[in-house]
Amino acid sequence: MPIPLPTVNLIDISPEIILGVFGVLVLLIDLFLRRERKGHLAVLSLIGVVGAFYASLRLWGSSHYAFSQSIVVDNLSLFFNGIFLLGTALVILMSVSYIRREGINLGEYYSLLLFSTLGMLIISSGNDLIILFLGLELVSIPLYILSGFARTNLKSNEAALKYLLLGVFATAFLLYGIALVYGSTGSIKLPMIAKLLSDTAVSSNPLLFIGMGMLIIGFGFKVALVPFHMWTPDVYEGAPTSVTAFMSVGVKAAGFAALLRVLLTALDKLQFSWVSILVVLAILTMTVGNVIALVQTNIKRLLAYSSIAHAGYLLLGLVAGSRLGVSSILFYLVVYALMNLGAFAVVILVGRKGDQNLHLNDYAGLGYRYPLMGAAMSIFLFSLAGIPPTAGFVAKFYIFSAAVKEGFVKLAIIGVLNSALSLFYYLRIMVIMYMREPEKKEVLPILFSPGLVIALLIAVLGVLYLGILPSRVLDLATSAIRTFLSG
Amino acid sequence: MLDYIWLVPFLPLFGFVINGLVGTRLPRRVVGIIACGTVGLAFLISLTAFFVLPDQPVPDKVLYSWIKVGDFKADFAFQVDPLSIIMILIVSGVAFVIHIYSIGYMHDDPGYSRYFAYLNLFVCAMLLLVLANNFLMMYIGWEGVGLCSYLLIGFWYERKSAADAGKKAFIVTRIGDFGFALGIMLIFKTFGTIDISEVMHLAQGRFEVGAPILTAITLLLFLGAVGKSAQIPLYVWLPDAMEGPTPVSALIHAATMVTAGVYMIARCNVLYSLSPTSLMVVAIIGCATAIYAASIGLVQNDIKRVLAYSTISQLGYMFMACGVGAFAAGIFHLMTHAFFKALLFMGAGSVIHALAGEMDIRHMGGLKRYMPTTYKTFLIAALAIGGIFPFAGFFSKDEILWRAFEQNYILWAIGVITAAMTSFYIFRLVFKTFAGESRVEKEKLVHVHESPRVMTVPLVILGVMSVIGGLAGVAKAFPLLGMSRFFSEKLNILRFLEPVTGGHHAEGGQAVGLERWLMLASLLIALLGIYIAYQFYVRNPQLPKRLARRLGRAYNFVLNKYKVDELYDFLFVNPAKRFSVFLWRIWDDRIIDGIVNGTAGFFKVCGHIGRRVQTGYVQTYILLIIIGAVIIIWYCL
Amino acid sequence: MPIDFLPILILLILSALMSGGMVFLSHLFGRKEPNPSKLSPYECGIPPVGDARLRFSVKFFVVAMLFIIFDFEGVTIYPWAVIFRKLHLFGLVEMGVFLGVLLIGLVYIWRKGALQWD
Repeated sequence: MPIPLPTVNLIDISPEIILGVFGVLVLLIDLFLRRERKGHLAVLSLIGVVGAFYASLRLWGSSHYAFSQSIVVDNLSLFFNGIFLLGTALVILMSVSYIRREGINLGEYYSLLLFSTLGMLIISSGNDLIILFLGLELVSIPLYILSGFARTNLKSNEAALKYLLLGVFATAFLLYGIALVYGSTGSIKLPMIAKLLSDTAVSSNPLLFIGMGMLIIGFGFKVALVPFHMWTPDVYEGAPTSVTAFMSVGVKAAGFAALLRVLLTALDKLQFSWVSILVVLAILTMTVGNVIALVQTNIKRLLAYSSIAHAGYLLLGLVAGSRLGVSSILFYLVVYALMNLGAFAVVILVGRKGDQNLHLNDYAGLGYRYPLMGAAMSIFLFSLAGIPPTAGFVAKFYIFSAAVKEGFVKLAIIGVLNSALSLFYYLRIMVIMYMREPEKKEVLPILFSPGLVIALLIAVLGVLYLGILPSRVLDLATSAIRTFLSG
Repeated sequence: MLDYIWLVPFLPLFGFVINGLVGTRLPRRVVGIIACGTVGLAFLISLTAFFVLPDQPVPDKVLYSWIKVGDFKADFAFQVDPLSIIMILIVSGVAFVIHIYSIGYMHDDPGYSRYFAYLNLFVCAMLLLVLANNFLMMYIGWEGVGLCSYLLIGFWYERKSAADAGKKAFIVTRIGDFGFALGIMLIFKTFGTIDISEVMHLAQGRFEVGAPILTAITLLLFLGAVGKSAQIPLYVWLPDAMEGPTPVSALIHAATMVTAGVYMIARCNVLYSLSPTSLMVVAIIGCATAIYAASIGLVQNDIKRVLAYSTISQLGYMFMACGVGAFAAGIFHLMTHAFFKALLFMGAGSVIHALAGEMDIRHMGGLKRYMPTTYKTFLIAALAIGGIFPFAGFFSKDEILWRAFEQNYILWAIGVITAAMTSFYIFRLVFKTFAGESRVEKEKLVHVHESPRVMTVPLVILGVMSVIGGLAGVAKAFPLLGMSRFFSEKLNILRFLEPVTGGHHAEGGQAVGLERWLMLASLLIALLGIYIAYQFYVRNPQLPKRLARRLGRAYNFVLNKYKVDELYDFLFVNPAKRFSVFLWRIWDDRIIDGIVNGTAGFFKVCGHIGRRVQTGYVQTYILLIIIGAVIIIWYCL
Repeated sequence: MPIDFLPILILLILSALMSGGMVFLSHLFGRKEPNPSKLSPYECGIPPVGDARLRFSVKFFVVAMLFIIFDFEGVTIYPWAVIFRKLHLFGLVEMGVFLGVLLIGLVYIWRKGALQWD
């Protein structure tokens, strides 16, 4: 009996291949580099990221399946690739001096980052529940290690352990969900599932609904939806700051990529059911995230809760489920990557060895001692709060309009109220930066390393550019979903 | 020329960028020149645009396509029509004068360049707001002015009260802004566009009068206006906003930003006209705010707080005008108010400047001798706000009262009572500050001086405008001035605004007759207010003596000023004062502030409870995940 | 469809009943005479020494993991070898990639010193 050999077109996964090769390369070259020269690995990783980005760019416009339909190459996946790679590039730039300061400048750091990003790329082009699962694990496992990367720091160890335990727990849900969906429909390919669901006998199977619920739980854990968010503040606080930045942006975007694919491609027919779940989750996520953020005093915890709240806003686009909704999610994720990474870059700058100097009071008077950095932080905070003319405003406006347009007016009202609430704590940081004298007079000067400065610059310019001239990227986001929702 | 209209907001932006980036390294003169020059140029362009504006509607000036995705489209474009031209004239004109004034007022301040950078940014945002051709851009300007207001109120951030006031202003207005944002989204949902003129056009064709969706939209938009323009119940931030530098109070919290709500309603007049309910709400809120704030103004002793409550009250007038459908009259009053209230604030600033920061009118008095220019201009402004013929406020206030009279006698009556209160409190201010004996502390009196030219010239300019500004509303009624048709068309603001705000009311013979009588009545009432103020605050020192001779026993009551104050309190103002003190102390400070602070407190408590759940134990987290999972799965079944 | 899973459910219930029942019944009928020597970990009478939770050197775990990885490699090659001829060049290349990745892993752990015991 001849074995049917799959057609292999490596071009379709060229971004993934490039990133994987560079990850391995970094690992190997690291073996032959002295400790103080590990910075070169950052350059190498950046080249890999840029290469992957270029490969994605080359693929732009294509729309087909590959590897016996388990991979989809369309603009949506390529747009997501862009978001992931942008985020990773910024994180690498931010990391160089940070991990040297923290004494964790090991080569594995970069290769783990690259492997995690590789997982994200796989998620974005996954067309099959197993591939999605594979990608999600590839994202998570390096992150379990990275969160505990500061081995001598107890909090970092705690973060890693908690993330691992809870992550594995959530993965079980995800896997069981996949099994149930497969069991009740008979396929793991997303478009196939959608096709099979038009049969009412299949689509009324209670096991399918349980499977769907479990998938939402599994992905919901990754993007930190309430009540599956509890790990976020602890892990975000304990993990090295650059890793926190990476997690808050990359994992969230990857989780949403997976949710988009699963809910809108495969389970589109069950929209009536999952929409109401997501509505409740969105309200809970926004409100809990913002309310608890109000009383935080540690900047990393604060940003953790803020990122939870942002996941809630993002859900609004998914709830809308329309073209406008999906493209607004894409745009929001780009903006979110820029502003959140920018804010974390400032946190890294202000921080001190051993992850000190993270209390909000440590920001007192910074706006005057470092006017440009203060201005940058203000821009990020304004953007996070959604105040024009920053990008955060356009993104929020766009996503809320999408929700209103699909008739979720009350949800949008709750969203807008929440973003008004969020102003309290974002503004508080600024008030502290500009309107309070530092408690201790003698402060170590901030060292501006070139990587961090470049990352900050990109983020600031990006946030302003997308706030003032968003239409190019919005156009891209729209064209990214041209083939996605056409079916 | 109109193609260059984009320069109007961008010139101040340019000033902001220069002063914001390198301002600290530039000499002060250069900073001042850049700041004033950019705004001045913007004013010149506005002025030219005013004269070349053709009678026909002008297509929007599209700078670039801002957001365009699916059916959602927003251009970065400017709407050039009589309303926006009038607004940019007012904004850039008043802002220019205040910029010049600020050079003198702020000349010792260490944050000189920062101040001008913020001020320029504010002007830019305000001009964007009024020039916007779509709601999204308007919203950007709307938030931008709020941001600058916050920055400038908290300008002296070392003072905790200033920083707190800034926060309060920002957050209270944001409560209104959320309504505004929702209104915009609802507009997009209803009309599929956010282009202002398109929306107005569609609304006229598509909806009956009183359509519920329009009522919802207009009420949401009005919520934004209530926050920004400090109306009941969201006005609480404005009195506190007086913590900012005085020119800022003049520009932002009197002349321009707080009037954004009035502008917005006038801009959306088509929508409001289609929704009688909303109009009624606007009229009632405006009317209530007018009399309420005026009554509080009667008992304040801080010179700037009196003016703050006065501003709230005058804004109430403008909303009342919009509420009775007299949008043009509202804008007219907005304009005259911008002149005289900015002048009042700057006059007050001049006094405060001379007295080294003294703001309590009980420690002023007799300043007429030391500061003649300030006194004269302040007096002009007081006459204008008091509604004395032929000063600016008379015409605009009269127009509003007349239109209110046509609609509803109660509104008119309240308006007239407010007018009396207005002229009373403003002349109480004038008399206590400038007239009578000096109550200034000795060591301060030595330094009392008239302000430098750079501050007095702006006062004079605005003084002139406060005198003649009112003619803009009556140019047609004064053909004697011999102006050409061109000018009488252009300079009659009510006629000029007609293409935007709809037809002016017909001036029938009898109606004009009645209008004259009403005019006279309101004039008399204003004079009465002044007279009472005069009796109490200027004649006061003599009054006790005569009373002592004739009444003997009453002498003890009126022995000194203090006792006379008490007497007149007892006889005349006590009930009103008690009530207004009640309003101010109990309602204002306790209830309204309580609600604002309480909301924040409530969420903080929630946050603390939420933090308690965050135990740090993995078991707890897993438990929560399981609970969530069980609920979701239960729901799925 | 769910009816197909009914036997599994029955099995589940039966096994749960069975195991639960045994524990319960022994608890019900068994005699309970607790005394100190009975409650001690070793009823034989030897007193327990030290903590049962000994800490092992991490090297044991590393070696165990490495063993599993390379053992797995060997296991994978067997089925591949069976159908190697049918897979042609494709199969060869695929296995080459697989072995290559593992080889890189071997180089890595070697350089890192994970193969040295002391």
